[in-house]
Amino acid sequence: MELTAATTIRKPGTDVYTFWRDLENLPTFMAHLEQVRVTGDRTSHWVADAPFGNDVQWDAEIVDEVPGEKIAWRSTGNADVPNAGTVWFVPAPDGASTEVHVLLTYDIPGGTIGKAVAKYFGEEPHQQLDDDLRRLKQVLETGEVIRSDGAPWGKRARKEFPQRPAQPLSDAELAKGADA
Amino acid sequence: MRANTWAGRNKVEVRDVPDPKILNGRDAIVRITSTAICGSDLHLVDGYVPTMQDGDVMGHEFMGEVIEVGPDVPADRLRPGDRVVVPFPIACGACAACAAELYSCCENSNPNAGIAEKMFGHPLAGIFGYSHLTGGYAGGQAQYARVPFADVGPLKIDSDLTDEQVLFLSDILPTGYMGAEMCDIRPSDVVAVWGAGPVGQFAMDSARVLGAATVIAIDREPYRLRMAEQAGYKTINFDDADVRSRLLELTGGRGPDKCIDAVGMEATHGSAHIGAYDRIKQAVRSETERPHALRQAILSCRSGGVVSVIGVYGGLLDKFPAGAWMNRSLTLRTGQCHVQRYMKPLLDRIERGELDPTRIITHTLPLDQAERGFEIFKNKQDNCEKVVLKPVKRHRHFSKNDNGSSAGEVGI
Repeated sequence: MELTAATTIRKPGTDVYTFWRDLENLPTFMAHLEQVRVTGDRTSHWVADAPFGNDVQWDAEIVDEVPGEKIAWRSTGNADVPNAGTVWFVPAPDGASTEVHVLLTYDIPGGTIGKAVAKYFGEEPHQQLDDDLRRLKQVLETGEVIRSDGAPWGKRARKEFPQRPAQPLSDAELAKGADA
Repeated sequence: MRANTWAGRNKVEVRDVPDPKILNGRDAIVRITSTAICGSDLHLVDGYVPTMQDGDVMGHEFMGEVIEVGPDVPADRLRPGDRVVVPFPIACGACAACAAELYSCCENSNPNAGIAEKMFGHPLAGIFGYSHLTGGYAGGQAQYARVPFADVGPLKIDSDLTDEQVLFLSDILPTGYMGAEMCDIRPSDVVAVWGAGPVGQFAMDSARVLGAATVIAIDREPYRLRMAEQAGYKTINFDDADVRSRLLELTGGRGPDKCIDAVGMEATHGSAHIGAYDRIKQAVRSETERPHALRQAILSCRSGGVVSVIGVYGGLLDKFPAGAWMNRSLTLRTGQCHVQRYMKPLLDRIERGELDPTRIITHTLPLDQAERGFEIFKNKQDNCEKVVLKPVKRHRHFSKNDNGSSAGEVGI
């Protein structure tokens, strides 16, 4: 499966590149990712949440990189869901902003995990990637993922719609979910 | 706290809801001293804006006192104790739209942007108390409100102007002003304004201060037309006269140079069969608007004129007079108001006495009577033009009878 998406962020390309190149930043805006741990100069370990409370884990390596312009990576070893991605950082015509173009590919296997993952991604995968990039833009432009009273869950995009009623959260609700 | 909430179609209800809390670093919590009911609230209550939920706190015109700020609000920008008017669009101040002063198109403030994008092609900003399509933010018809990006939007009021003089800087005064500004008014211009409700009245005042030669108000409510007349404008009651013919008479056959639609999606009009057509289509959801005022403005405007649309539309309309628009070189301009752009200059005009926003207030009620406020405003009872609601300043301890009798204020 191939997914593409793009956004424009009003920051210089080097800022956007630097933020993304620290792969441990990715879970702050990508809904599926729980953790990315950098294990070497070009290697990392990724943990994504999957349906039914399972985690999907894999190792990844950066396979191509042009500082300030492009980062490409792919999973290595025996990944449950082999995947690869490339992100390009392109100066926008306004001279102040950077276009971020993302290409993700997933090799969804057969078997139980494959079915579960396919179902998981089946819920509007493009929308999820678009929303991920929207949060990247929020983080870089405003410093954080924006929360409303009806959508207090930050990057937990799948909960954003339908939302809860737009009224302040009680302390119990706040303790339970707002920062997850 | 007490808050006025959406409780289903044609129903609002004042309820107890939790107090707002800081969720983002640039939030502020405001204790509300005055809030208002807006014409666009009626589109929510009437059920024409989708994605409302039972319990949503309503209201997007409010002001009050800052009682708490998040850790990322610069102290030189806003601090507890400041008196502020809060603009209805929530804007981050950092994206390309905000940089272009298009605050109501802010690219970061709507957490539900995906849904808005599907409906409108591109998302719009978050708006207080205005459905989940615009983010699901709790509104300001309440005792307290959380204000995101508090370092960008709220306007500090340092002078001793009353709440009533400055409250409408939150929405309807800048909206009316933007409607007139989009007309590029010249000294010889005749400006016709459809709708003599609060926004229409402010569009008229703004057209006058921007130098229009003549301003004409179009409505069917005699008390609203009287209000316009008392402010010095000509009037047309569309129940008594054919609007286009009357406008031609008043302009030597040319038509108004500039036309402002301050009505929007729930227009009513004198022609029964077209009215019925729109009502039926809207009722079965095959068009979301009743665009009669817009059609009439386009057909009445002089060739080469400007039609400026500040009435709220939500989705799709049909029978749009594209032929008149194209063949007669009309300019159509519109937008949700970019309130942040206008607040300070309009405050200056209020301070200089060029604008008196208090002239439209007909009713002031306690917040607990919001339901009644909606009823008289919606049904134009008791000559109602604009309702201001006053939340009660809360006391820390409530007796068993909940009459708030004991002393000690919260958070001041």
